[in-house]
Amino acid sequence: MSTGGSSSEQNSKRFLCVNRRAPHGTIYALESLEVVLAATAFEQRVTVLFLDDGVFQLVKNQNTDALGVKNFSPTYKALEMYEVERVVVERESLDRRGISEDDLIIPVDVLAEDEISELFESHDILLNF
Amino acid sequence: MALLHTVNKSPFERNALDSCLRHARKGSAILFIEDGVYALVQGAEYTDKVEQAASRFSLYALEPDLDARGIPPERLIDGVQLVDYHGFVELAVSHDRVQSWL
Repeated sequence: MSTGGSSSEQNSKRFLCVNRRAPHGTIYALESLEVVLAATAFEQRVTVLFLDDGVFQLVKNQNTDALGVKNFSPTYKALEMYEVERVVVERESLDRRGISEDDLIIPVDVLAEDEISELFESHDILLNF
Repeated sequence: MALLHTVNKSPFERNALDSCLRHARKGSAILFIEDGVYALVQGAEYTDKVEQAASRFSLYALEPDLDARGIPPERLIDGVQLVDYHGFVELAVSHDRVQSWL
């Protein structure tokens, strides 16, 4: 990094936030979103990864009215505004669940299993939900 | 050093171990803790899968979690190294980062 970098750049780490749970059965998905938004507020470089049942978090047209719980899925649309660097979804996890990219609420990078493995090595901090 | 992966769920209940094995790279270490240790028993559904994993990864089990579940070391798949809490810490600090499969 050049010496001209701002102090915030020098203090930022690369976070990988790994989401492997469906959205409404547990509190994990919502907690993960809050952590992601907090990390970006502190100018950290964040990649959000959706694996296994985590891909269900991004499915369009979720309606929780009858459940009486908050539908937080529109919040994923704000990830770009919060300057999350990258949203990644695993191809195999989508395929196994019969989900296509068109079913997702935001545009994402779809990566294959072996490319996902690389993410665990290229980030400083791994957070699991 | 490569990654240390930890698995803390029974493979019969959750896919934490399956996901770990899909994404861990050769040479990584995998530490089985809590209900994750149920994957390590010989003569069960996951025996073959874990035996194959033993050729690609270093496998460890947290002994207090085996003891708590009544799993004697002789029932474990060959090649699994036992660690105590001190060993858990040693593994964590001797690897670059820890990936916790929950």
